[in-house]
Amino acid sequence: MSTRAISSTESHIHPAISLSDVTAGYGRHIVFKRLSLKIDRGQFAGIVGPTACGKTTLLKTILGTQSPLSGTVLLDGQTLNDIPRGIIGYVPQLESVDWRFPVTVEEVILMGFYTGKRPWPWPSREERERVHDLAHRLGIYRCLRQQISNTSGGQRQRAFLARALVNNPALLVLDEPTSGVDIKAQHEVLHLLGDINSEGITILLTTHDLNAVASHLPWVICFRNGLIAQGKPRDIFTNDILTRTYGGDITIVRHEDYFLIANGTPIHFSDGDQ
Amino acid sequence: MIEFLLEPLEYEFFRHGLLATLMVGASCGLIGVLVILRGMSYVGHGLSHAAFGGAVVGFILNLNFYAGAGVMGLLALLLINRITRSGTVKLDAAIGIVTNAMFALGVAIISQVRTFNQSFEAALFGNILGITEGDLLLIGFVSLSTLTTMFLMYRPLLFSTFDQETAQVFGIRTARVQLVFSLLLTLTIIASMNIVGVTMIAATLIAPAATARLMTDCFSRMLIYALIIGGITGVAGMYLSYIFNTASGATIVLFGALLYCLCWLTNFLHDRYILQNHPDGKSGFVQTAQHQSAERNEAGL
Repeated sequence: MSTRAISSTESHIHPAISLSDVTAGYGRHIVFKRLSLKIDRGQFAGIVGPTACGKTTLLKTILGTQSPLSGTVLLDGQTLNDIPRGIIGYVPQLESVDWRFPVTVEEVILMGFYTGKRPWPWPSREERERVHDLAHRLGIYRCLRQQISNTSGGQRQRAFLARALVNNPALLVLDEPTSGVDIKAQHEVLHLLGDINSEGITILLTTHDLNAVASHLPWVICFRNGLIAQGKPRDIFTNDILTRTYGGDITIVRHEDYFLIANGTPIHFSDGDQ
Repeated sequence: MIEFLLEPLEYEFFRHGLLATLMVGASCGLIGVLVILRGMSYVGHGLSHAAFGGAVVGFILNLNFYAGAGVMGLLALLLINRITRSGTVKLDAAIGIVTNAMFALGVAIISQVRTFNQSFEAALFGNILGITEGDLLLIGFVSLSTLTTMFLMYRPLLFSTFDQETAQVFGIRTARVQLVFSLLLTLTIIASMNIVGVTMIAATLIAPAATARLMTDCFSRMLIYALIIGGITGVAGMYLSYIFNTASGATIVLFGALLYCLCWLTNFLHDRYILQNHPDGKSGFVQTAQHQSAERNEAGL
């Protein structure tokens, strides 16, 4: 899979995402203030933080669906108005869509092409071939003709991922890709994202699953109405940083190179019934 | 039978009415698909009421019926959009305030100037008798515009209806798509006002699309089915109205509701049959077809 370069000849000096002094919010409610954040090209980063800490607002600001109250957002050195269409691939939360909508998996993936200039409702042969290639790769070819309402959470997630990839994006943004799917599907999706990232696509996602981040992502951003810390999971997932991020008791169980993050005191299983 | 169908066509009013209901039914059916999938059923209902207020105000100002209705319909759209933008007032509440106020304005003016009560009964309850060639031209223009725009904007309309936020990220100007769609809806409502009446336009918009939804799980097929069902409903309603000497608008709406009930009943009986005879199969016409399709996919066919 080839990825498109976003920018001009100077692209190598720009981070994939750059926020400078960005303040965002809704009306009088400020979600985060004067945030400066850089994410390098080719990075595979996860934003973690408690519910309503501004993760989704941060994503919306980066995607341009919400204008910042102040500050600058640049993608590979260019403002959102200057970057070409389709350069960003986006996978929304599964819960954000009405799954009873009358479309097939194939139609959902084809929507990725709907920003082009082709005025006819039906897809071209090239578009259909591209969709079939992606569906093969993501393991959903057999359910292409199925109604989206009749598919599993994992298949829906892959259909959204395929839609996000049809235009060969340089940046892939995912909002909670691990929620609404079972553990097996979570790991499969994260493995798939790792493969996609290895082809040079910058990936930024939000998640509540700290263990999935620890085991699959090379870079983590702790966020709570502002940047708490960012770095490699082994450096970032400490009691101090996680307590500052989540504000409660977080237990980290380490064993050699592996660690497990639990909320509160670990459960002690007794041998007999009390 | 053919004579029975041809006999009313001898009258000019019936020919005009038949053509008008065919076009209004088809365009309402087509646009109704997006109305229900976008959760805008109440918008259609409200806009027709606002347009009625506009028609009355237009009459007072010596404007054309459609001009007054059109201006007030657009004004209502802009106001609803402005009120809901902040997020503090939800869409249904904004529609309730704006469109009912405009409707009330029309009713208040009528009650004050009682001399033209009769003229607006047609707009309220529908009257097929007074369809002029000018009305037919306008309805034809609106229907053609709706069909062409829906065809050319199929892709952005489908994407933004299914997943508005992602469509915006992908570069679709969702606000513009919404504006164009709202304009089409307003035009369709205004063109339909004298045929089915303000009080029943919402049903004309929703019933064919809801029936089509029971028949298919495919968006493009749903559009075609709704267009055909809308046209058939208009024509059949017109004939039934002639036969039973009932109000045209009410007859069209009743026939649309009857078709919906029949379709629902067929689905229900089909479900029962499938459950009794094929316990492993999915129920419903639509689901059974999907199940078969999934089985074909599984088999690699």
